[in-house]
Amino acid sequence: MAWTRKDLLSMRELDAGEITLLVDTAASLQEIASRDIKKVPALRGKTVVNLFYESSTRTRTSFEIAGKWLSADVINFSASGSSTSKGESFIDTAKNIAAMSPDVVVVRHSSAGAADLLARELSCSIVNAGDGAHEHPTQALLDLLTIREKKGHFEGLHVAIVGDIAHSRVARSDIHGMRKLGMTVTVAGPPTLIPPFVQELGAKVSYRLEDAIGDVDVIMMLRLQQERMTAGLIPSLREYSRYWGLTLDRLAKHARPDVLIMHPGPVNRGIELSPEVADGPYSVILDQVSRGVAVRMGVLLLLAGRKAGEAA
Amino acid sequence: MSLLIRGGRVIDPANNVDAVQDVLIEHGKITRLGRGLETPAGVEAVDAAGKIVCPGFIDMHVHLREPGQEYKETVATGTRAAAAGGFTAVCCMANTSPVNDNGAVTDYILAKARVEGLVRVYPIGAVTKNLSGQELAELAELAESGCVAFSDDGKCVMNAGLYRRAMEYTLPFGAPIISHAEDSTLSAGGSINEGVVSTELGLPGQPTAAEDVMVARDILLAELTGAHIHIAHASTAGTVRLLRDAKARGIRVTAEVTPHHLVLTEEAVRSWDANTKMAPPLRTKRDVEALIEGLADGTIDCIATDHAPHALSEKEGEYDHAAFGIVGLETAVAVVLDRLVRGGPLPLATLIARWSRDPARLLNLPGGTLSVGAPGDVTILDLDAETTVNPSRFHSRSRNTPFGGWALRGGPWMTIVGGAITKAAAR
Repeated sequence: MAWTRKDLLSMRELDAGEITLLVDTAASLQEIASRDIKKVPALRGKTVVNLFYESSTRTRTSFEIAGKWLSADVINFSASGSSTSKGESFIDTAKNIAAMSPDVVVVRHSSAGAADLLARELSCSIVNAGDGAHEHPTQALLDLLTIREKKGHFEGLHVAIVGDIAHSRVARSDIHGMRKLGMTVTVAGPPTLIPPFVQELGAKVSYRLEDAIGDVDVIMMLRLQQERMTAGLIPSLREYSRYWGLTLDRLAKHARPDVLIMHPGPVNRGIELSPEVADGPYSVILDQVSRGVAVRMGVLLLLAGRKAGEAA
Repeated sequence: MSLLIRGGRVIDPANNVDAVQDVLIEHGKITRLGRGLETPAGVEAVDAAGKIVCPGFIDMHVHLREPGQEYKETVATGTRAAAAGGFTAVCCMANTSPVNDNGAVTDYILAKARVEGLVRVYPIGAVTKNLSGQELAELAELAESGCVAFSDDGKCVMNAGLYRRAMEYTLPFGAPIISHAEDSTLSAGGSINEGVVSTELGLPGQPTAAEDVMVARDILLAELTGAHIHIAHASTAGTVRLLRDAKARGIRVTAEVTPHHLVLTEEAVRSWDANTKMAPPLRTKRDVEALIEGLADGTIDCIATDHAPHALSEKEGEYDHAAFGIVGLETAVAVVLDRLVRGGPLPLATLIARWSRDPARLLNLPGGTLSVGAPGDVTILDLDAETTVNPSRFHSRSRNTPFGGWALRGGPWMTIVGGAITKAAAR
């Protein structure tokens, strides 16, 4: 199977074959991380621009390392402190960057649909590195790669995604990706953090942590943003962590002994995850981060390596 | 101005007329109807055979943006768009800059309309000073200056106590208060309808209850005060249900619906095109069906465009940052004829009534009928005209439409204001 898309915008638009191709490609590139000289010439002469309108250390660094290991020229553009502070619009900034002929633009933006907008306006490849509460496809791909490594397969696995589903692009991308690969997904959190009609995306819903984690292979804990309290969605961090925080005690009582604990980061230690869980034997949180580089290498390779004329 | 319109099928719902007739307009007023009328000396004649001759269409909800936002629209460009779209009169909302909350601004708009307006312009005054929702605007002076209704449209007056006083204070003026029914505590931050699409796209949603709650409140206040309340841009099945119930109980509430809420659903937002973003947002198929049913059975009194021009720069960026609203004057009639009348659920005579007789009645405007003595305002439709919507050819200063590229059958053929042809068919 060959990759034909110009852009990677969402998990929703991909089929199971495309997702598997992305995960397989990432898996094959993973050994570069253990080499003495971490460099292959695959994208020599290609230019990758990281266009980040939201602060992000992990994702931007991950894309930057991925591009550099593939020998691409990687340029980081952070919107804060550059032309946007002079009032230039998103579209104008993007068109200016496009005029410098990059091969791939990786975009992170607080507005849902920002990556789709760029893909429509620019002729280079666009990678969505997170757009508002919409999607974050490379995070879902690295989650999938991590799960397959640890569990050996996808089909039939059950994943609980716990926390602020309503505002989470990771949850949306994970639901789409996991469902397409034959997994069962339960989302869990207080009802104010569960978006309406989420069942129509193929997820089950639970309003009790103990129920949600009881019979699953993977628990994906999401970060709780502090501003959800002032918005009236939860009463207090204290109450949230009391009912929704994952502790060793809860795990031992309710979860399977072989369960995987995942988190897209950054972790609020002591709120959604107790430190003992985050650093404990169930946790594969750092494995996710290292798989992230492989996934982004795979994505850049498939997009930038796509021959002209293969455009979808 | 004088004009003889020959041989068209005249549909005048106010007089229960549907017959092939000639219509003679002399000195700006309709003077005779009948078959085989002689053309008086010096009077131009128009051959309308095969066309539909209707009372001039009235769009009771437009934003002309003047004064203050002339880069979006002006009285001159907005009324040209209206004429091109088949409208002989428009009512313009108060959210200009400065706000139309005093007689001087109303005078300015009317002066502009006299000099540059191509169709009749009826201003709507603000309910509260500067649309702030805090203190009443000078409502008596607004009425005296020529405002035909009062509205803070674009904003909801959240203070029920103040709104009740506005309803009482305006009782003697015979002009309704038009409600932008949106509980801002429920809609806050929302760009689109709250539902499966907002969940999938990760865009913050506005629940239908944000509208329904306020429609219910306003119906109760209308019952309390005896005032005439008009609900702008009804968009939900809940609103239709509340209106039907209130009307059955004899409460003085009327409502309008926009063409876009009749033909589009939240699914259109999946394109990420900010021309699908407006207030209230596009809803679900169930809501659309309820709105069409309500329009057909008279629960909803009229169609209005909520023509809301915005510059490209306000619509081309991130969806959640884009301005709310779309233009409608130049697509409305064709969209409704094509999608709802041609082989659809809405009888032609109902469409004509909802766009002429009914808005004229509820705002006490002259026109809305082709009776002898009525203003010589006529909209002529060509049900066979085939057009493709091309925003670059709009007369409006703005292009923000979700209908670009739509192929439509049926549309306005000629617009006549006071016996003068303001828009003739292309070709």
